[in-house]
Amino acid sequence: MLRKTFETEIKQVKDDVLMLGSMVEQSIIEAVEGLKKRDLKAAQKILEGDRAINKKRFEIESQLMILIATQQPMAHDLRLLASTLEIISELERMGDYAKGIANINIRMSDEALLKPLIDIPRMAEKGVDMLHRALTAFVNEDMETARKIPVEDDIVDGLYLQIYRELMTIVIADPTTIERANWLLWVAHNLERVADRVTNICERTVFIVTGELTEITDTDNEFWHPHKHE
Amino acid sequence: METKIAVSNNMTQSAESNHKMEIKNLSVFYGKFRALAEINIAIQSNKITAIIGPSGCGKSTLLRSFNRMNDLTPSARMDGEIILDGENINTAGVDVVDVRRRVGMVFQRPNPFPKSIYDNVAFGPRLYGIRRKNDLDEIVEKSLRQSALWDEVKDKLHQSGYSLSGGQQQRLCISRALAVEPEVILMDEPASALDPISTLRIEELMHDLVKDYTILIVTHNMQQAARVSDYTAMMMIDEHRAGRMIEFNETQIIFTNPKDKRTEDYVTGRFG
Amino acid sequence: MTTTRFQELITKNQAAHSRRRRITNIVMLTVTGLLTLLALIPLFWIIGYVIYRGGSTINLDFFTQLSRPLGMSGGGVLFSIEGTIVIMILACLFAIPPGVLTAFYAARNPNTPLGIALRFGTDVLAGIPSIIMGLFVYVLLVVPTKHYSALAGGLALAILMLPTIVRTTEEMLKLVPHTLREGSLGLGAPEWKTSLSVVFPAALDGILTGFLLGIARSVGETAPLLFTALGNEHYDVRQIIQGGIQTHESLFAIIGRIINQPVDSLPLTLWKYAQQPYPERIDQSWGVALVLMIFVLLIEIIARLWVESRKRALQG
Repeated sequence: MLRKTFETEIKQVKDDVLMLGSMVEQSIIEAVEGLKKRDLKAAQKILEGDRAINKKRFEIESQLMILIATQQPMAHDLRLLASTLEIISELERMGDYAKGIANINIRMSDEALLKPLIDIPRMAEKGVDMLHRALTAFVNEDMETARKIPVEDDIVDGLYLQIYRELMTIVIADPTTIERANWLLWVAHNLERVADRVTNICERTVFIVTGELTEITDTDNEFWHPHKHE
Repeated sequence: METKIAVSNNMTQSAESNHKMEIKNLSVFYGKFRALAEINIAIQSNKITAIIGPSGCGKSTLLRSFNRMNDLTPSARMDGEIILDGENINTAGVDVVDVRRRVGMVFQRPNPFPKSIYDNVAFGPRLYGIRRKNDLDEIVEKSLRQSALWDEVKDKLHQSGYSLSGGQQQRLCISRALAVEPEVILMDEPASALDPISTLRIEELMHDLVKDYTILIVTHNMQQAARVSDYTAMMMIDEHRAGRMIEFNETQIIFTNPKDKRTEDYVTGRFG
Repeated sequence: MTTTRFQELITKNQAAHSRRRRITNIVMLTVTGLLTLLALIPLFWIIGYVIYRGGSTINLDFFTQLSRPLGMSGGGVLFSIEGTIVIMILACLFAIPPGVLTAFYAARNPNTPLGIALRFGTDVLAGIPSIIMGLFVYVLLVVPTKHYSALAGGLALAILMLPTIVRTTEEMLKLVPHTLREGSLGLGAPEWKTSLSVVFPAALDGILTGFLLGIARSVGETAPLLFTALGNEHYDVRQIIQGGIQTHESLFAIIGRIINQPVDSLPLTLWKYAQQPYPERIDQSWGVALVLMIFVLLIEIIARLWVESRKRALQG
């Protein structure tokens, strides 16, 4: 087979992306766990872990630049490498969201949670599950699977709406809770964004296979549309 | 089993009037052997069209059909229409000499004549009866300027054409072709015998020339085809070793999202 | 660093091998050197001897005087030199145009019946003994016109030169890369113009070298001239010209007189003088030999200088 070296290097890049992905997945889950358990040490670990995520992202980016410069990729190969640059950027931002959650954990320090966390961990689990499947679809260049994932973003949005309403209710009843409510809202917001970025990864996977870059579902007004989830 | 041909020709209706040259159903035979089969291609005016494909797929044979150079091979026969500005030039009554003036050619290895630089460029015009020194001087200077060679040779026009470097010789050959004011310029791997800098110079030159001429280039260097051309045609031989047109489209589509798997395999290097 | 099996195998006898190689080298160099010298000996011997025997005879008179009757000293071989030149000019005129045109045709159409016939004919012609060519021209020209002439001599030598010229020209034409032809045809030039203006100049150097070598060879031929030019010890071109001018002859008539009479050539003179039992003639024949040798040498040198200067011109 021609271009065996190139094929091997592409496979290596994909493996690295999977590794970056699992670092990010772990970061998100542990950040939310740490918040739930008020584990500040875990939060510190997340902050350090974020540096490792950034480093890994730049390593993969470097390797991609080298491949583009030296292998003159065309057509499918070109789409693959260009899309991988986008995807690792999305992953790195998801890592930042996890870092944001850990930061909030540290900010809240001694204060108790407003309410036991139920929906937030659900959002995290759903988001991470979507991410994992999206990355698997990317590595296998499985367009069909990739097309079906973004619709699950609705579930995540639904959970977010629920959390929003709950927190609003609590704040209206007791305005002193507004700071803590804000923090929790921010955590939920970060997790909602994670699911949105998974959609981008799926769109890129479809692009690699078909060469067409389109939005898969209309995710524009998911939150602010009053009647969408009724 | 007939080989499937995917010809995705994205020409819109309005663009059809912009076809400088067209080939319809061309087959070229050398004796009994069919070297090209049922080629269809339309060349847009003032654009650069590249023909790519693996070795031996008939690219040069196709190129040489555009100016009837295949006639020089005794056993060659061309069936089909070759159309220049709407008229079929593959008929018996056509003035081949005039065709070759209007459709000029630059070859793979620079081939300056064993004459001075001036006489090389003036050869063409003299063929067509231009004799007066002033006229010839003018034409020679204009042609050498067009191929960005004037400044380098203006003080040594009477030195032999062989005294120039490879890249300069090729530009001299281009001047020679330009001196008879062609409308189309055919280039058969014009830079494959040159070093990288000379190659890039020739590519720059192509970009300048295309404003006034229509250019058709055969190249086995895919990156060159990608850099230089507006349209790309992909050719390949079928099971009877005849060359066929596999895909023809805008260059950016051929190299980012080709429609035929064979084109994809070729441009990504998965097929030699 | 571990050694490979190959390295093991070759290191075993390396010293002995090396020595043997050196000895073989020296031996072979010596042998080839000696053999080369051996081959050169005849050349230097001949040149040396001719210079020795002929050198004393050569003086200015030799080159500028006609022959004196036997018994008188002095005299020269001007007639012979002039005769050689006239015959050679005629031979070139007769041989070059048909030779070149034939070569052009054969090179372009090697597989047509005519092309094949031409090449075959040329090869056969090359093998015909030169004396037969002389006889041919004798029957063709000398008998009908009832006299010997430089014209006949020139014709005979032309036939002799023809195969060489055709062959060399054909080879040189074939060496011109076909891309040069295509470049010209691609501009719209017709075939004949391409051949004349592009292919021929490109092959010219080789063709000219071929001519000069053909001439150098023919200059020394005697046999064809025996029955055609015969010999003429009183041939003086200057006299002919002056005489013609004085009697107001036309140029045509003067030229006619130059070529229409029997003439001598250097090898012919040499042969004749060498056979005569008189010492002056014998000495003179050595002188002629020397002159002939110098003549040929001059042609070769000019050929080489020409090629060099053309090469330098092409490289700008």
